[in-house]
Amino acid sequence: MDNATLVAVASIITAGLTTGIGCMMPALGEGKSVSSALSSIAQQPDAAPTITRTLFVGLAMIESTAIYCFVVSMILIFANPFWNHFIAK
Amino acid sequence: MRLSPDEKIFWQHGFITINLTIVTTWALMLVLVIAVRLVTRKLKTDIHISRWQNILEILVTGIEDQIKEVGLSEPEKYISFIGTMFLFIATATICTILPGYEPPTSSLSTTTALAICVFIAVPFYGIAKSGPLAYLKSYVEPTFILLPFNIISELSRTLALAVRLFGNMMSGGLIISILLSIAPFFFPVVMNALGMLTGMVQAYIFSILATVYITASMQDSKQTTVLKTINKNDKQNG
Repeated sequence: MDNATLVAVASIITAGLTTGIGCMMPALGEGKSVSSALSSIAQQPDAAPTITRTLFVGLAMIESTAIYCFVVSMILIFANPFWNHFIAK
Repeated sequence: MRLSPDEKIFWQHGFITINLTIVTTWALMLVLVIAVRLVTRKLKTDIHISRWQNILEILVTGIEDQIKEVGLSEPEKYISFIGTMFLFIATATICTILPGYEPPTSSLSTTTALAICVFIAVPFYGIAKSGPLAYLKSYVEPTFILLPFNIISELSRTLALAVRLFGNMMSGGLIISILLSIAPFFFPVVMNALGMLTGMVQAYIFSILATVYITASMQDSKQTTVLKTINKNDKQNG
């Protein structure tokens, strides 16, 4: 295997792992936050607008970690700097 | 496969490049400005108002209410900034139902520009509210040791704003273009609708986060809001 093949193999495997793990963990976190938000809305329906807004902002924060993983894997697949380095040589 | 609309270039001359992002951004700006100009040309205070004025009033009062709920007591000062960003991102998302359109927010340059606007607006409003010294003092709160962390958080949240919006919009377009090669007829439509939903949520979140950051830069108003919420909670609990 030459260098370019090695880079390709490593990039593809890492991209898959990145998206896989990076979707799993934020999904767990989002599930926890949504379930606790739902139970607090059930306890205090008056506070529903505040809870919903805070929930949305918090979900966006959690979701952005998943998005970072996605962006990293997209860079690894479509705009890989190491791959370009070895191709240009 | 194109990762962003930056790579579709219409015209290039040396340093200056006209790509799809710039074209759609200017088209959206024109649409927004002309539409709002047409509506506000004949505003009425009657009981009977035109339906466009009605939509505009709903939008403006809705955004003002949201800003007020986050904790800024005078939303008229900030709606020009926050409302414009919300309307721009929301229109960029809604227009994805047009064929051949790519949202300019799926390019990292647009989202970075928007995030830098927030990055500049936060100290601007903070200084306008409480003066430069009081604003700078908020960086060494609660102790001096936290100064580098405050600066890092300022930078990293700007990066997070840009990458979050970019990632969400880009992933929507990318999923559709992948699905078109696997299941071309019906499924991309569903994913397009889902992409519009996440895009609207992202528009909301982007403007709400900008509001939260601006609120946080005004230490005194923030503390009163926190106190108010604590008092309210105390009253509710007993």
